[in-house]
Amino acid sequence: MPVLVYAESSEGKFKKVALEATSYGKKVAQQLKDSLVVLTINCDNPSELNTYGADKIVTVSSNKNNSDAKFVANSIQQTAQKENASVIIIDSSANGLSIAPIVAIKLNAGYASNVVALPNSTSPLIVKRKSFSNKAFNHTEISTPVKIIGLAKNSFGLIESNTEASIEEFSPIIVNSSLSSVSIEKSSGTVSIADAEIVVSGGRGLKGPENWGLIEDLAAVLGAATACSKPVSDMGWRPHGEHVGQTGKPVSSSLYIAIGISGAIQHLAGINASKVKVVINTDPEAPFFKAADYGIVGDAFEVVPKLIEKLKLFKAQNA
Amino acid sequence: MKILVCISHVPDTTSKINFTDNNATFDPTGVQFVINPYDEFALTRAMWFKEKQGASVTVINVGNASTEPTLRKSLAIGADEAIRVNAEATDGFFVAKQIAEVAKNGNYDLILAGKESIDYNGGMVPGMIASILDYDVVTACIGLEIDGSSATIIREIDGGKETLSGSLPLVIGGQKGLVEEKDLRIPNMRGIMTARKKPLTVVESIAFQNTTTSTNFEKPVPKGACTMITSDNVDELVSLLHEEAKVI
Ligand SMILES: Cc1cc2nc3c(=O)[nH]c(=O)nc-3n(C[C@H](O)[C@H](O)[C@H](O)COP(=O)(O)OP(=O)(O)OC[C@H]3O[C@@H](n4cnc5c(N)ncnc54)[C@H](O)[C@@H]3O)c2cc1C
Ligand SMILES: Nc1ncnc2c1ncn2[C@@H]1O[C@H](COP(=O)(O)O)[C@@H](O)[C@H]1O
Repeated sequence: MPVLVYAESSEGKFKKVALEATSYGKKVAQQLKDSLVVLTINCDNPSELNTYGADKIVTVSSNKNNSDAKFVANSIQQTAQKENASVIIIDSSANGLSIAPIVAIKLNAGYASNVVALPNSTSPLIVKRKSFSNKAFNHTEISTPVKIIGLAKNSFGLIESNTEASIEEFSPIIVNSSLSSVSIEKSSGTVSIADAEIVVSGGRGLKGPENWGLIEDLAAVLGAATACSKPVSDMGWRPHGEHVGQTGKPVSSSLYIAIGISGAIQHLAGINASKVKVVINTDPEAPFFKAADYGIVGDAFEVVPKLIEKLKLFKAQNA
Repeated sequence: MKILVCISHVPDTTSKINFTDNNATFDPTGVQFVINPYDEFALTRAMWFKEKQGASVTVINVGNASTEPTLRKSLAIGADEAIRVNAEATDGFFVAKQIAEVAKNGNYDLILAGKESIDYNGGMVPGMIASILDYDVVTACIGLEIDGSSATIIREIDGGKETLSGSLPLVIGGQKGLVEEKDLRIPNMRGIMTARKKPLTVVESIAFQNTTTSTNFEKPVPKGACTMITSDNVDELVSLLHEEAKVI
């Protein structure tokens, strides 16, 4: 029984999480010695999935939008039934997170979200997932015949494996939702925290919103997203969408640079999943240094401009 | 309008997390439990609907008797009544089944939950409740207005936000934005006193086999020491990030 991945696209293009889920799905299919079927909806170039190991691609074209959770969940359900899939993998984009629970109910399938690694065992199927806001991992056994894995962002990466997938068009039975999209407002220009490889984050140590040019300039050199600690967004120095931590957005970037952030337990809980952490803080006793990989004890207003300058030089030399 | 608010009972955000039984069980010793922060936003929004639009507010938890102080706190904040489904909450699917069962009998127009519990981090209960009841659902919700039976909902999406229109009944998974931090309420003495007299009904759970089981927990590997770089040597940070960490 094959593995089914739902690979989400936006405006016709695959999101990175979709390719990551496909890479992951390929490995799970190999563990199970079975094939990988990938479902795409309203996607311009499904054959891109050949690079990540799809054996079969099911395409759905519809005038309904990919952000309609009910429609997507029904498409996944019907594809899973048609293909007789035993394991379904759904990425953790904002849409993926709202779709997976619906599919679980429709298929009577056990669902583990926030999964960070390949199954430790396939029979029984046991996966490792984040719990207690990154303060621990939990190993969960999924015991239903059909199983759903929600893959945490940036936890597996992209792994190429070339295949020649067959492509099949599919027209699922459409179920209407009472919800309709009125408008979408994109945060202007900058990289979003969810997608970012690098996140530059500022805390109360920056003293005021007027100093955020430092954070923005550093982010610009690195192609990074900007973020902040909770008090910074509470005081209105920065928009709420930038608040990261246990009660804000989770960050699982490859590099997280924290400037003027003390490293409170609630802040660390949300950013612990980032691979490499750099801290710049005047106080050598700041708890963040205990959680960091690289640290500079120093004044942000002196260190950050120097860092920007050195990085510009580095970028110029390595362009 | 009848509102049901789902309240998850979780360790306070400052808690250190420990396990017993060879890492099989969470150790609650010394841990203070609170209303899940996202649920607190949902409850506060429900209070607004109560005060401004005459809604009635019921809070519900699936848990054993130890969760009752958290339900009492929700009553002290202003909910009208509380329901505890008497069961060990170990699987999101199981919890959703129980809440959907209560909701079916109660004819709620709006079911408010948090986007996730900060202990188990499932993020699944609201979507599952909706799917069982065949209602629509919006999670990561940062704005909600109700006018008669129509709703305007704002949700966070990757890199922005989306405004949706819909109609009741609905299930919402909320977070900050639904109300602001400053709107959160600390129960006052009067609230605490009246909460004692408000109904807290215990109902038995319906039979349902768990779909997932926690086998054991694991603490993240302790980090190696932080490499310190002096502030006049920023160059070194750039080369370490490039050559050693390979992130730039
Ligand atoms: C229920 C709850 C949930 C919470 N959730 C979150 C959450 O999700 N995310 C979050 O971030 N917080 C959260 N918090 C808040 C958290 O406890 C801390 O209060 C917060 O993270 C501190 O923010 P900060 O580090 O910016 O500020 P501070 O703790 O004030 O730290 C400022 C730091 O800047 C340093 N500094 C000062 N001047 C300079 C300078 N010139 N150059 C460099 N460094 C300098 C100081 O040494 C200090 O370490 C939560 C709290 C509660 C109670
Ligand atoms: N045991 C429970 N009792 C009542 N509500 C719950 C319970 N567990 C989860 N919820 C609700 O569902 C939301 C999402 O939880 P979860 O799917 O566990 O991350 C929470 O924010 C609560 O509103």
